[in-house]
Amino acid sequence: MKSLIKSLLFVIILMPIASFPDTIAEGKKLTFDRKKGNCLACHMIEDGELAGNNGPPLLAMKARFPDREILFQQIWDPTEKDPYSFMPPFGKHGALTRNEINKIIDYLYTL
Amino acid sequence: MFKQLLLIAFLIPSISAVASPEKDYDEFVSYFENRFPDTPFEDYKNGVYSIDKSAREQWEAMEEFPPYELNVDRGEELFNRPFKNGNTYGSCFENDGIGIRQNYPYFDTEKNKVVTLEGALNDCRVKNGEKPLSYFKGKELAHVSAYMAYTSRGNKFNVQIPNTKEALDAYEDGRRLYFTKKGQLNFSCADCHVYQTGTKLRADIPSPAIGHPTHFPVYRSGMGRLVTLHERFAGCLNRIRAKSFKGGSDELNNLEFFTTFMSNGLEVNGPGSRK
Ligand code: HEC
Ligand code: HEC
Repeated sequence: MKSLIKSLLFVIILMPIASFPDTIAEGKKLTFDRKKGNCLACHMIEDGELAGNNGPPLLAMKARFPDREILFQQIWDPTEKDPYSFMPPFGKHGALTRNEINKIIDYLYTL
Repeated sequence: MFKQLLLIAFLIPSISAVASPEKDYDEFVSYFENRFPDTPFEDYKNGVYSIDKSAREQWEAMEEFPPYELNVDRGEELFNRPFKNGNTYGSCFENDGIGIRQNYPYFDTEKNKVVTLEGALNDCRVKNGEKPLSYFKGKELAHVSAYMAYTSRGNKFNVQIPNTKEALDAYEDGRRLYFTKKGQLNFSCADCHVYQTGTKLRADIPSPAIGHPTHFPVYRSGMGRLVTLHERFAGCLNRIRAKSFKGGSDELNNLEFFTTFMSNGLEVNGPGSRK
């Protein structure tokens, strides 16, 4: 019973988020958040302060990554392409969910 | 290209099956020589300030009124304070514990384990009927260690690796820990402190791997206290969301063995100050 209430609560809490229109703003937040993507640690990004410089700047993303799947894979698990990659395998290691990565990509496509 | 070669050389440790610490050392030193041609070897004892000119000035200004001065005084007091049985820390060490920091860690061929200075201090306490102390939170152990480092300033690290299987295994274990990617973020120590040294992670610049232990314990102004080398190791492991180890564990002792061997020839300059 308790767990039923819990899962109902869960659904209710998640519902408004899932249908929230502004995934781009959320994606930006996930991209910048130190506990989430923290992409700024390594990449220069428009409006980002104190950006790191050991990854390439994230710009002109639509032009450079017309195939969304390739961009997804880079964030999900860059070690697939290069086992020594310095970039963390965010999806594979559970640091970001599929859903979170998709929001990040929606944001990256505005850059 | 050089970077790739080094990477391969380190990541396939079993080419010769037998660990070769001297060869590793030469490779390490020449890697950093090539990477930072303006940094003289002796300067690696200064950690990140050996490669970051802009942060260096601020740090040098800070060192004019060293923030760890009171900690060194307190460490001296604790070092000389008798245990309940009347002995002091000095009774457990060569030269009464003065000017000996550079001889640690060493490999004890009877116990077959690496002995660090903090480990020897705890062994000394236990031998004299006292409880061992924590490596964390900048308490007594960090203070005594800071004082002992202070009395050893200018002496050069000279860690020896006895030619026994156990000693080489301990070294190899530390080296493997340094080069293996781990944790949720999938970093190795070497990712930051060898390959990406000098690049920016947000506002942080990871320092070169050689010279790390020379200035420990370190006074961190952000924390307002001393931090031992093992607490720092644990801090970096936490940051990469990897499993950490206890202060004084075999894992961290072996890691200290490896990194201090890689710092041979550099001067003791602990305690240091960092932000
Ligand atoms: C610790 C460093 C680091 C972090 C954190 C990091 N990256 Fe990367 N990233 C790199 C490096 C280094 C590369 C270069 C290619 C490689 O190694 O895979 C890269 C490459 C990329 C590329 C390919 C760029 C190109 O021009 O080819 C994209 C896209 C990317 N990262 C996106 C992200 C996103 C989004 C995040 C955060 C969720 C992120 N990165 C976090 C280091 C990092
Ligand atoms: C993601 C990057 C990263 C990884 C991985 C990492 N470190 Fe660090 N480390 C840093 C940064 C940044 C600092 C602070 C700047 C500096 O190097 O002094 C630091 C500081 C240190 C220091 C203190 C240096 C000093 O002079 O005060 C030690 C020692 C250290 N790291 C050891 C390790 C070890 C051992 C590992 C692996 C278990 C490790 N680090 C993994 C980034 C990293």
